[in-house]
Amino acid sequence: MPFRHKHIIALRDLSKEEIELLISTAESMREINQRDIKKVPTLRGKTIINLFYESSTRTRTSFEIAAKRLSADTINISPSTSSATKGETLADTAMNLLAMGPDIIIMRHAVSGSHYFLANKVTCSIINAGDGAHEHPSQGLLDMLTMKDKFGRLDGLKVAIIGDITHSRVARSNIQGLTRLGSSIYLAGPPTMIPPGVERLGNVTVCATMKEALQDADVVMMLRIQQERQGKTLMPNTREYARYFGLNPTNLQLAKPNAMVMHPGPINRGVEMSSYVVDGPQSHILKQVENGVAVRMAMLYHVSGGGAME
Amino acid sequence: MATNETVILDEAGVGRALTRIAHEILERNKGVERLALVGIRSGGAHLAVQLQKRIAEIEKVEVPCGTVDITMYRDDLAARGNLPVGKTDIPFPLDGQRVVLVDDVLYTGRTIRAAMDALIDLGRPRSIQLAVLIDRGHRELPIRADYVGRNVPTAQEEDVKVRFDDSCLPVEVRLVKP
Repeated sequence: MPFRHKHIIALRDLSKEEIELLISTAESMREINQRDIKKVPTLRGKTIINLFYESSTRTRTSFEIAAKRLSADTINISPSTSSATKGETLADTAMNLLAMGPDIIIMRHAVSGSHYFLANKVTCSIINAGDGAHEHPSQGLLDMLTMKDKFGRLDGLKVAIIGDITHSRVARSNIQGLTRLGSSIYLAGPPTMIPPGVERLGNVTVCATMKEALQDADVVMMLRIQQERQGKTLMPNTREYARYFGLNPTNLQLAKPNAMVMHPGPINRGVEMSSYVVDGPQSHILKQVENGVAVRMAMLYHVSGGGAME
Repeated sequence: MATNETVILDEAGVGRALTRIAHEILERNKGVERLALVGIRSGGAHLAVQLQKRIAEIEKVEVPCGTVDITMYRDDLAARGNLPVGKTDIPFPLDGQRVVLVDDVLYTGRTIRAAMDALIDLGRPRSIQLAVLIDRGHRELPIRADYVGRNVPTAQEEDVKVRFDDSCLPVEVRLVKP
């Protein structure tokens, strides 16, 4: 089945088959990452711009490594060194970058939906590296690949997602992707951080307590408390949060004995997760990062195909 | 079978061609020392397994056998769109090996060019030889096969299909007219 999207903005826009294709392509890409010479000529001569309006270590580095392993040329633009600080609008920045002929723009932006706005204006491909509280498709895909590595399937998995669901684009991409592939999602978090109506996204259950969500879970996905995105009103303090919604070796025992623990990073140690769990045997956090490169190679490869249309 | 298809090599014919190629490989390389087979996914990979079996029957030695996927090395990605990417699986070091690259049909030579690039990215073989079941002509690059099952003159509009059964055993070769 060919992949027929020019842009990858949200997993919501992709079918089950397209998500499976991206994951299986990523599985093939991993072989390249294990070679001595980690480079193939596939995207030779393509120019990829990393346009990050929000800070990032993992995602930007991972996209850049992915692009370089496919032989593309990459340029990084961050807000502190760009004309955005002088008041240039997003559309103007994009049109100016476009005039230099990039093939793909990978963007992270604080405004949800900004990628759709941009995709209507430009001729190159747009890949979403996170937009506000909307989606973070590459993170969703790499999380799904990491789960598939452990369980061999996604169908029928019980996935608990704990934390600030409202502000989490990681949660949204995971919910969109995982429910399409047959997993069931259990959410828990402070009531102020659970978006109303989230059950409508598919096989999603909102739990009253963290214990309920953890019960017999195959996967425990912890989210970061996004102090930059919320005011001080949503929770009293981090110590109270850690007490009610933090993952520690004791409450992790409620999940299945072989349950995997995930976190998209960066971690607030001692807040959403205790260090015992972060560094413990069930943690797959670094495996997620490793899979990120292969998943992003698959995304770059598939949006670069000539059959793309939208 | 559609009326525009003719069988040009049946199961026994494919078997005999592979047996002969196995003997030729052993003769040319004077045995199995440092010999390795690498099939091009997917038809060539199935044939490489068959050659490995035949060499094992003749010499009582199992030579290393791997698979290379050339999708990432194609020169026509932009025109072909998103082809599925298969896994390259070469579970032995290529350095110093006499590698026999195996494919089902040799046509423009571009697949072989891509496969050689892929192999050279993985190591430094002592030599690369090429074995194909069918050579149908129309080369676009200066590439020729060292071992050929059958030369089949074709028109460019025609197609040559090597069919495999569910357990990846070669069944027959068909010439498909437009």
